[in-house]
Amino acid sequence: MELRLSDIAVARGGVPVLSGVSFTLTAGAAMILRGPNGSGKTTLLRTIVGLQPPLAGKIEGAADTVAYAGHADGLKAMLSVAENLTFWAAVYGRRDIDAALEAYALAPLADRLAGTLSAGQKRRAGLARLMVTGRPIWVLDEPTVSLDVDAVKLFADAVRAHLRAGGMALLATHIDLGLTDAQVLDVTPLRAAPTALHGASDEAFL
Amino acid sequence: MIALLIRDLRLAFRAGGGFGLGLAFFLILVVLVPFSVGPQSALLSSIAPGVLWLGALLACLLSLDRLLALDFEDGTLDVLASAPLPLEAALAVKGFAHWITTGLPLVIAAPFLGVLLNLPPEGFGWLVISLMLGTPALSMIGCFGAALTVGIKRGGLLMSLLVLPLYVPTLIFGAEAARRGAIGMDVETPLFLLAGISLGSLALLPFAAAAALRMTIR
Amino acid sequence: MSIWKYANPVKFLALSARVQPFAWAAAAIGIIVGLGWGFFATPDDFRQGSTIKIIYIHVPAAWIAINAWIMMLIASLIWLVRRHHVSALAAKAAAPVGLVMTVIGLVTGAVWGQPMWGTWWAWDPRLTSFLILFLFYLGYIALWEAVEDPDTAADLTSVLCLVGSVFALMSRYAVLFWSQGLHQGATLSLDKEENISDVFWQPLVLSIAGFTLLFLALVLYRTGTEIALRRTRALNVRLDKTT
Repeated sequence: MELRLSDIAVARGGVPVLSGVSFTLTAGAAMILRGPNGSGKTTLLRTIVGLQPPLAGKIEGAADTVAYAGHADGLKAMLSVAENLTFWAAVYGRRDIDAALEAYALAPLADRLAGTLSAGQKRRAGLARLMVTGRPIWVLDEPTVSLDVDAVKLFADAVRAHLRAGGMALLATHIDLGLTDAQVLDVTPLRAAPTALHGASDEAFL
Repeated sequence: MIALLIRDLRLAFRAGGGFGLGLAFFLILVVLVPFSVGPQSALLSSIAPGVLWLGALLACLLSLDRLLALDFEDGTLDVLASAPLPLEAALAVKGFAHWITTGLPLVIAAPFLGVLLNLPPEGFGWLVISLMLGTPALSMIGCFGAALTVGIKRGGLLMSLLVLPLYVPTLIFGAEAARRGAIGMDVETPLFLLAGISLGSLALLPFAAAAALRMTIR
Repeated sequence: MSIWKYANPVKFLALSARVQPFAWAAAAIGIIVGLGWGFFATPDDFRQGSTIKIIYIHVPAAWIAINAWIMMLIASLIWLVRRHHVSALAAKAAAPVGLVMTVIGLVTGAVWGQPMWGTWWAWDPRLTSFLILFLFYLGYIALWEAVEDPDTAADLTSVLCLVGSVFALMSRYAVLFWSQGLHQGATLSLDKEENISDVFWQPLVLSIAGFTLLFLALVLYRTGTEIALRRTRALNVRLDKTT
């Protein structure tokens, strides 16, 4: 079980933002993407998850193995935390949500409506969603936004536990999570140069 | 799939879910009709099937912009698109949930509103049957329209512009069946054609809607 | 050498520049001669009098209104299958022309209908179908305008065009079922018995040819404009990136 990217180029709004992205993520490993805002981290993650096609290159091992947590949490304000998680578990053909509630200290909040949670609590519920999917590869886009120090620690512990169990994690984040073994990929040198814009959807017009 | 259906239904019935708004709109619209055309019972009874069909159609349209827009805003659609459930199935389920929460109540309420409009007694059965057969098509076509416009800011008005022309055949056959039923004519042909449109929409539009949605969230 | 090489905007523009003068000239000749012949050199109809002459505008406009949509459908399919930008832009360029032709068809129909049927408007199946077609054109154009990313707009409008075509066809039959019309039968058909006489027929065909060429010239011209706009956008995006 591994995730392998070979020479991936991705585009945002039809214009290439990153090119030549290659890496392999093996079981138990984590990778952290770094790079300035707008450098294409989110676009790369969305491409890996399959929400948009890559401009070039090949992604192997991502089909039916990735769980994605983007900027939005995918929680319904009018459902309780437990209902939200149970729903997502069911979508992935699973049932058990207790481990996820436990890991993010959500048990006391399980019956609260998601709409009444604070931003950080909501975020925790959104991250707990990854655990209920049972998918081996977690793809996380800025997972620590609005989390306090304790919650960040909970999250880092959850990721470590996931890795120990043979899972993988791919994160775009600026915060040091203490994942000492994680590989770091700085996307800045991979940014598509304005002159090397092959594959842009509007290339034919130049 | 069942989880998605249950979630959508639960959301609709919770406070702020908008359940009943379509029904209330339907009621108000039907009450306004006599004010605009006059209280003559003969006139009302001849236009009743058409008014009830048009009212049901507009009430259905009213709730469409919430069908996907809320899921788009809170990121649910992104996750659904990368979940094991095919997006086509997810959209079919969402269309079905929309029908249960909007279409079905309209079907049930229609005969009571028919009384207000002096619908002839023999028309009630056919009105309910035609709405029962036609409203699934309205929900599914609406689901397609919502998928087309979900990424557009203030797409609600645009969606009406796109969806209403697509409603024409359903409205014609549905209202025709109800009208013929009310005056004791043969209703078979329009009912069969109406059922055909509904079945065709249910079978094919989830694919078109999923294609459109993938283009939008890309 | 294949037709697909004109999917390249530059090659398309070069071809378009060569074809356009001929298309404009031929369209002008077709329309001027067709309308002039029809208006001044044909006898009045024994039943309809001089009002018959409006067919030299009405029928070609209606012809273009329908065929423009069919052309958009084909162009949309080409875009969805082969991702040729020119195809998508040609569909976009054709829509307003089709819309205007639909309006011309409806208005001339109303003007013709007034003396003939004694009413400006009747819910006749064919009139109604054109009104529905008009709504489809409106929705299609509005969707193009509303979506910001041009490729997404092309994708979504293509899907709408496909689904819309199916529903437009269903509406056509639904409307036929719903109302028996006042409209006269087909003006042009292969069955000679039903055809109008040659005296009217010849200028009409010329006029239809002229309108078709006018449509071709307009679409070529407008597609060129759309290509220029896309090019401007593509260049701007890159300028932003470098700064």
